[in-house]
Amino acid sequence: MSMAAIRNEIRFILNGEDVALADVAPDETLLDYLRLRRSLRGSKEGCAEGDCGACTVLVGRLSGGKLVYEGVNACIRFTGSLDGCHVVTVEHLGDGSGKLHPVQQAMVDFHGSQCGFCTPGFVMSLYALWMREPKPSDAAIEKALQGNLCRCTGYEPIIRAARGISDYGKVAQDPLKRERESIVARLAAMNDGARVEINIDGKRLLVPASVDDLAAILEAEPKATIVAGSTDVGLWVTKFMREISPVVFIGHLDELKSVSEEDGVITIGAGVTYSEAFATLSKRIPALGPLIDRIGGEQVRNMGTIGGNIANGSPIGDTPPPFIALGATLTLRKGTARRTIPLEEFFIAYGKQDRQPGEFVEAVHVPVPARGSHFSVYKITKRRDEDITATLGAFNLTLGADGTVASIRIAYGGMAATPKRAKAVEKALLGRKWTQATVEAALDAYGEDFTPLSDMRATAEYRMLASRNLLLRFLAETQGGTAPLQISRHEAA
Amino acid sequence: MTKHTPNLKAEKILGGVATSQRHDSAHKHVTGTAVYIDDMAEPAGTLHACLGLSTVPHGKIRAMDLAAVRAAPGVVDVLTAADVPGENDISPTGLHDEPVLAEGKVQFHGQPIFAVIAETREQARRACKLAKIDYEELPFVTDIGGLDPLKDKLVTKPLRLQRGDAKEAIGKAPRRITGKMRVGGQDHFYLEGHIALAIPGEDHDVTVYSSTQHPSEVQHMVSHALGVSSHAVTVEVRRMGGGFGGKETQSNQFAAIAAIAAKKLKRAVKLRPDRDDDMTATGKRHDFVIDYDVGFDDEGNILGVDFIFGARCGFSADLSGAVTDRALFHCDNTYYWPAVNAVSAPLYTNTVSNTAFRGFGGPQGMVGAERVIDEVAFATAKDPLEIRKKNFYGPSGDKKGDRNVTPYHQTVEDNIIQRIVADLEKSADYAGRRREIAAFNANSRIIKRGIAMTPVKFGISFTATQFNQAGALVHVYTDGSVHLNHGGTEMGQGLYVKVAQVVAEEFQIDIDRVKITATTTGKVPNTSATAASSGSDLNGMAAQNAARQIKDRLIDFAAEAHQVAKDQVIFLPNRVRIGNEEISFAALVRQAYNARIQLSAAGFYKTPKIHWDRDKGRGHPFYYFAYGAACSEVSVDTLTGEYVIERTDILHETGRSLNRAIDIGQIEGGFVQGAGWLTTEELVWDDKGRLRTHAPSTYKIPLASDRPKIFNVTLADWSENAEPAVHRSKAVGEPPFPLGMSVLHALSDAVASVADHKICPRLDAPATPERVLMTIERVKAEAAK
Repeated sequence: MSMAAIRNEIRFILNGEDVALADVAPDETLLDYLRLRRSLRGSKEGCAEGDCGACTVLVGRLSGGKLVYEGVNACIRFTGSLDGCHVVTVEHLGDGSGKLHPVQQAMVDFHGSQCGFCTPGFVMSLYALWMREPKPSDAAIEKALQGNLCRCTGYEPIIRAARGISDYGKVAQDPLKRERESIVARLAAMNDGARVEINIDGKRLLVPASVDDLAAILEAEPKATIVAGSTDVGLWVTKFMREISPVVFIGHLDELKSVSEEDGVITIGAGVTYSEAFATLSKRIPALGPLIDRIGGEQVRNMGTIGGNIANGSPIGDTPPPFIALGATLTLRKGTARRTIPLEEFFIAYGKQDRQPGEFVEAVHVPVPARGSHFSVYKITKRRDEDITATLGAFNLTLGADGTVASIRIAYGGMAATPKRAKAVEKALLGRKWTQATVEAALDAYGEDFTPLSDMRATAEYRMLASRNLLLRFLAETQGGTAPLQISRHEAA
Repeated sequence: MTKHTPNLKAEKILGGVATSQRHDSAHKHVTGTAVYIDDMAEPAGTLHACLGLSTVPHGKIRAMDLAAVRAAPGVVDVLTAADVPGENDISPTGLHDEPVLAEGKVQFHGQPIFAVIAETREQARRACKLAKIDYEELPFVTDIGGLDPLKDKLVTKPLRLQRGDAKEAIGKAPRRITGKMRVGGQDHFYLEGHIALAIPGEDHDVTVYSSTQHPSEVQHMVSHALGVSSHAVTVEVRRMGGGFGGKETQSNQFAAIAAIAAKKLKRAVKLRPDRDDDMTATGKRHDFVIDYDVGFDDEGNILGVDFIFGARCGFSADLSGAVTDRALFHCDNTYYWPAVNAVSAPLYTNTVSNTAFRGFGGPQGMVGAERVIDEVAFATAKDPLEIRKKNFYGPSGDKKGDRNVTPYHQTVEDNIIQRIVADLEKSADYAGRRREIAAFNANSRIIKRGIAMTPVKFGISFTATQFNQAGALVHVYTDGSVHLNHGGTEMGQGLYVKVAQVVAEEFQIDIDRVKITATTTGKVPNTSATAASSGSDLNGMAAQNAARQIKDRLIDFAAEAHQVAKDQVIFLPNRVRIGNEEISFAALVRQAYNARIQLSAAGFYKTPKIHWDRDKGRGHPFYYFAYGAACSEVSVDTLTGEYVIERTDILHETGRSLNRAIDIGQIEGGFVQGAGWLTTEELVWDDKGRLRTHAPSTYKIPLASDRPKIFNVTLADWSENAEPAVHRSKAVGEPPFPLGMSVLHALSDAVASVADHKICPRLDAPATPERVLMTIERVKAEAAK
């Protein structure tokens, strides 16, 4: 392993300008950088936790030679994670002539703003959507706006504006499209293959040059805070004001961003965001599509990684239960040594995972459900979208030719201190006929598996009842029929 | 905006009244150039404050060790109650029950005790965490569920409304039901949190930029806290990033602390709490426990109603007296109660002091009325809509003239609810869809649908009569451009543009000629809060009055100078016809200036007709009423309680609308906010008295994907204000909010289907998926008995 060259500044493009920053603290947020250091005050702070979207900016990044712009929450994005990126704020939308951008003109004409505080964030989210999908469906619009709160309009005029943007201009004429080649060239020129190390009064940030370099850094700095998407760590800073130095940023490492499939097992690198994993997972394991659509808002899905969702060990992370139900495994790496363990064994207790100092999650391996098997996952929340799970159940069932349960794996989130299998329930079902009677008889076993808590999201009583009912819903879905079994926001296409 | 060249041949001005003029700041909103207080360039040396909050819900402060706070990096000063030079009080009603900074004792978890002033905001926040406060903890109560509304401690005097003998009417009625309902509170969740920037001046002067709906009150509170005259304090606000009532009194504390620090340290001080601190330390919508007792006949005619409205007020009165009063004023909604007794109970709790929120108690009163309707409908096995219609106030103009007196003895003179509901029933196909839903439910085991139509009648005026006044200041410059200022504040509702439309209309000049300027106590004094939906009614009239004064002077001048009769001076679009001659408005203004005619005027308006005697519970507190109705359909998952709003149809009236686009925006937004209140917005306190829902991660306001899948909003074009309000328009801020009740009742209807509509679900609010599922389980269990 050769030692990477070291650079003591991060480099990125802010709107039209090349920036080299040597004085960036590891916990400085992009929003503070924009507002306090650059006096770019179009982006607003509404919550400082990635939930309201008033701070939405676009971050463009070269990935496999392609430049992709995504909306992110500047309030929980660390400035230090922007090496090699193009940051686009609302101030960059005008063409300088005073003429509004199509997104902006549509918002004005459809009366899409009232108090206006959330508006720059909406404009940026709609801008990202429009570039991706100039004529979006209502479902696509709602999905794109899951991470933007508006308290004034009731959203209806904003939706009308979103439908109409393309009547105001063509994506091909947008500056970010027209200037794409020069931006790509400028970003490529910034990438010297060096590791970045910055030390401000003893607070340090590191941006590894490669995964091998990351492994080397973590061996030397076993207590470092590993930051991929910062959708969790961001709040450690903005809400809890925790010291997180030294920080190692990994979200830029292309080697951790691959999604591949071999022998019916999908391998997802630790740096893969929800957005990046969506295409493959929703195609190969269709039940995961609607689930991912309900994790955070678009900005959070663009930043947050599946590896981070596992590594932080949260009992209410949304990907571990379905992955556990599918029998996923996890690869951890320390230096050059790797080990692969069943995912469920990674979660030891609340706040405690099977990760050694200096070790990092490298990839998760998710088996595609066998043909003819049934796999479903249901997430229950107070508000349908952009809400944290009250309870989430994942069910993976294979029936024998005689209609008995040949295999079943059930896992829940929100029901225990860790993502956890319902082993007693599984046992009560295994080998029995897959019928209403069998399932109803198995419901009592939930009491053996789980003793949920009451909190602001749900009472223990509701968690238990809804969790049991999810098994009944799963049964009904495997039995088919014409009546709807779930409420839906949009009829299936 | 570039300089405007008026069209002197136009048939109509641009942006007059009754046009869908866009929001005056729309271009600035979408480009990020609209300046909110945190976006202003700070004066050199600006310091930043952070509040230290109580960590117990009730206790005596034994000792405060702030040494580590003072020693923390960047800290310049730490203020406590001892640093308040004037009165340590920001009680808006003069009850002296709410300190700027807690002294000796704390009464809720999250109460501000000290303020750290540091070079940066981050330093101030970090230093705050280092305080060591020793409390003697005292017993506390956070929930009103266990309180006795007639015996337990109140924060202010209760109100009783009485007409007829309710007890006797209920006792003699063929049927009777008593029950209890809970309806939750609501956080405002304005996207821009509270903020104040105080800049010290010479002498005692201080200028405070405050995100407030009530600059005059902030001015008075700051002057009290500083111990200086009001003339030393200037408060200014160009715009807020949302208010909804949350910035009517709650801005006082932040402004006072910033001003105290600024005067003490002789540097500008900015105080912008983090969202969690904002939600923890500022008041919210009152949650209520409503006890009801209703007598009725077999046909569903209600004969008598008895209500007790118990409200969680928190530790101090704030506006709770007026809020609970307004709950009683709306316990009739659109219904005539032949005999009624209603009492309020503004209950003391060890929680943040609850405050104004769009509707101001009115929606809670209406929710109680609608529950009573539901009870009677289920008891008589009739469609709730039939019971609603049966019990409406009599149509106004009805010769019989009965069934039109409210519980507060004001006669309803402008009732149009029958027509609103009839029109909506037809356009929403209520009857047809009810049949379709029944057919759907019969074939759907897990997903059930429900539908409901609920009416709204909302009283317009401050119930405190003295607040129904407003001032405005209009200058006309020699180039014919106009500077407009008034006491109303802009929080997104489009007040500024509406008032500008009124002024443009008055002078017959394009709206671009009218400059809308920031609200400041230095230009228009002693203003009322922009609240009670009164903004355009009051300030529109005051601005019109100012414009008319100038216009009258111009007419007098023109008639004399051009030797024509006054009625020969006619204001046409951007020009004035004087006899047979037409000159531009600007030219006339220039001539008037040369002739030394005063081109500036202060306008004034006070609402006529209103009076209110609280002790007697009688009067005419409302100038007029605004009406509307909504029909919502929902789908409910009976396994989990999850739901979706399939469709909502709204028919609402704003009189002769000043601006249809703005009014429809208020209706759409008000409805969704009202639906959020009754569905997913849940405030949760834990057993330690801590609010656990203090950020958007835990407190869930509606998203785009929560609005109705099909959402039809129509203005009742035929309506006009029976009173001579500004251009015969009606207020629109609050009245649409309770339209959200249609969602609660549609959910209730879907829940009722699991027991064949035989049991009143008594679905409380907020109807979270959890509450819906638990209600389904209860209804099923009762049906199985």
